[in-house]
Amino acid sequence: MRSCKEITELVSKGLDKKLGLGERLAISMHVMLCSRCRNFQIQVQFIRKAARRYIDQLQNHPGKNS
Amino acid sequence: MLLKGTANTAPTIDQAVLAEHRPVLFRYALLKLRDHELADDAVQETLLAAWQSADMFQGKAGQRTWLIGILKHKIADHWRRTARETAFSEVEFAGNDDGERDENDFFMSDGNWNGGPQSWNDPEAALKQQEFWLIYEMCQNGLPQKMAQVFMLRELVGLEAEEICRETGLSEANYWVTMHRARLRLRECLELRWFNKTTKQEKRHA
Repeated sequence: MRSCKEITELVSKGLDKKLGLGERLAISMHVMLCSRCRNFQIQVQFIRKAARRYIDQLQNHPGKNS
Repeated sequence: MLLKGTANTAPTIDQAVLAEHRPVLFRYALLKLRDHELADDAVQETLLAAWQSADMFQGKAGQRTWLIGILKHKIADHWRRTARETAFSEVEFAGNDDGERDENDFFMSDGNWNGGPQSWNDPEAALKQQEFWLIYEMCQNGLPQKMAQVFMLRELVGLEAEEICRETGLSEANYWVTMHRARLRLRECLELRWFNKTTKQEKRHA
């Protein structure tokens, strides 16, 4: 079984490229049992969503100069 | 010029194709310049310059990288004109690696969490709160410079991993490590400064 460090590396990688079937399976097996990695997985997806919202706001509110 | 077409020959890529890259270029310019008008001007100048020298361009895969290269020069020109270039100088990637200690901070030697992610209370609600965005911005800008740049190129500008490697000179392996660390840090920062706080703390009234 892969460690939490390895699993989070895969989860992060999976946001930037398509993982192999074995890798995706390893993640889903692991997060079924490990709540901290499950939280990590949910939260990095949330961070991606927040990042997109952030840049959208920056683009749509021209008043915000610094 | 001598080898490939003269002034009255059509360039090898047309404006419509170049304009497809406008949103990505604009986001890139906006992050660097922090001003809509300036960003728009820089992108416009970039597309114009690109169009005029379209026959210099090689290969479709690297088109965006090539355009970003031009854009960087336009942005640098801007800072030179306004003499503020030091404030926004490019990150030196050859510099020392400030992410080295990260693995030990987040994981034990056996690879299991040291601490680790708690569950977050209603993240969707946070997106609607202005204070959250201040925290988000602080956490994002608080990343070590190299990490912040790679993270923003990926998540804000929307470049692909391989484009970022070309753009920054990072190896692929280094890219994965950098993004992993950036996400670990940003996640932890948001947890400490927002999600842990708001669950325990009543809203204060002045």
